[in-house]
Amino acid sequence: MQFLLAVEGAIAQGLLWSVLALGSYLTFRLLNFTDMTVDGSFTTGACVTAICIVNGIPPILALLVSLLAGGIAGAITGFLHNKLEIPEVLAGILTQISLYSINLRILGRANQQLLQYDTIFKQLQNLLAEIGLKLSSDRVAIIIGLIFVTIVIVVLYWFFGTEIGSIIRATGNNEAMVRALGQNTENTKFIALIIANSCIALAGSLVGMYQGAADVGMGAGAIVIGLASIVIGEVILRRVIAFGSKMVAVVIGSIIYRIIVALVLQLGLSTNDLKLLTAIIVALALFLPNAVSKHNAKKARELAARETRDA
Amino acid sequence: MLQIENLTKTFDPGTVNEKKVIDRLNLQISAGDFITVIGGNGAGKSTMLNLICGVYPADGGKIILAGNEIQDMPEHKRAKDFGRVFQDPLMGTAANMQLAENLALAFRRGKRRGLSWGISEEERELYRKRLATLGLGLEDRLNDKIGLLSGGQRQAVTLLMATLNAPKLLLLDEHTAALDPNTAEIVLNLTDQIIREQKLTALMVTHNMQAAIDHGNRLIMMDKGNIIYDVRGPEKQKLKVEDLLRLFQELSGGSGFSDSMLG
Repeated sequence: MQFLLAVEGAIAQGLLWSVLALGSYLTFRLLNFTDMTVDGSFTTGACVTAICIVNGIPPILALLVSLLAGGIAGAITGFLHNKLEIPEVLAGILTQISLYSINLRILGRANQQLLQYDTIFKQLQNLLAEIGLKLSSDRVAIIIGLIFVTIVIVVLYWFFGTEIGSIIRATGNNEAMVRALGQNTENTKFIALIIANSCIALAGSLVGMYQGAADVGMGAGAIVIGLASIVIGEVILRRVIAFGSKMVAVVIGSIIYRIIVALVLQLGLSTNDLKLLTAIIVALALFLPNAVSKHNAKKARELAARETRDA
Repeated sequence: MLQIENLTKTFDPGTVNEKKVIDRLNLQISAGDFITVIGGNGAGKSTMLNLICGVYPADGGKIILAGNEIQDMPEHKRAKDFGRVFQDPLMGTAANMQLAENLALAFRRGKRRGLSWGISEEERELYRKRLATLGLGLEDRLNDKIGLLSGGQRQAVTLLMATLNAPKLLLLDEHTAALDPNTAEIVLNLTDQIIREQKLTALMVTHNMQAAIDHGNRLIMMDKGNIIYDVRGPEKQKLKVEDLLRLFQELSGGSGFSDSMLG
């Protein structure tokens, strides 16, 4: 029973964090850009939301402001990379580290509780209670997670099917071709970074409200969690190739990651060891497909050798 | 149509690797010209093409296209006038995108891209028709990812993409060099056919001297960053590979073609 409850919480967390994983997916996979802004922009999302809510701005509006703030963070990384010609990884790290100070400035302190304030989670919970539907906060979070994941996937699916979206996808494949087809690759990267970090800040906003607090340290390792979701999704749903299904795979990967975490915590692992565990999961998920294909190739070679010998 | 005046390019200036690849090059291309370009390794053939379309900036000189100086324009702004096919079949297409999507990207070359859907139904019909003219059976594979196609097929698609909306100048940079002889022949004939049907102006770099003689109406030979021989019309048609080799020996001062050029 206790574990089932933990799974419910895991699904809720997985859905909320999958918005971050989707943002990471855009840069890492679609654009082939190693964007390290994530840890910073995620926290920015939570901090902006917290400070908005504390100052009496409606939570749903706070969410939109966070989205905007994340977009600006992405734009800064894009500017550093495009205009100052700083390598992509370093550009992201510079934004990330400067966001640490900026997030402290936004919040005015290291963390901000939201327990006594309204969030979209409490609002929905109260709304449902009024019509006689009493749901646990995890179930409410699952509903909200599903709503936002659906919106994000639909919007991204639409956008990356448009003319601009198509040329952004092509940029991740082949920059030389994109320039030969008359598109400035600086612009395409810029747009993709803005969209990706908007998603990531949205995730930060949602997670902050769900946890009932924003903390300037909450984004540490967020990038690895996003990556874990992406690779778990890819390992489990290896055969999907369509863009829409790949995004769904990322969401599933995010939920599975959270269930794994819930499981090992139940088994008595200390939360302090979680980051290490996450890194090991990512390393394994990246290593296993390679190991399997190498093993298969070896098998095929042995089989071929035996057939030649028998013949 | 395109005029090149005193074009100069040096790679790695001020270092031990300093190399003057294009040296006060002059070239006049008329509308409808189909020029084949030959020359040894390092003669500056590819560099000339890359300077024309702006992959890197020239150090000096002018490139004038239809009366406009374009040498200072960035690559993506020049793209509306140039169709390009690269030597590497992987370079002209986006492997993870569908065949139809790739064509749709090329169809919008040099145009403003907006938020309308990336590919329309009428376009698909157009692409199906154009792919059918290649005779490779690709018209039934519009939804396949380009990465699933062979090098020759990808190069044929790149050629189609480069000519989908008629470019002012088609630049072919040894686009058959990485293909097996049979496929190279097919792609070369397709090139000829498309250029003739659409009455395109084209510049084709090749290592295959027989192909350089057989195709196009004009041939230029390059050495040390400049044009050392320029021939057109009936005089070009009469040329033989031996003539070219002999001419090259005389004109280049004996640096000689490598054996690999006797394709």
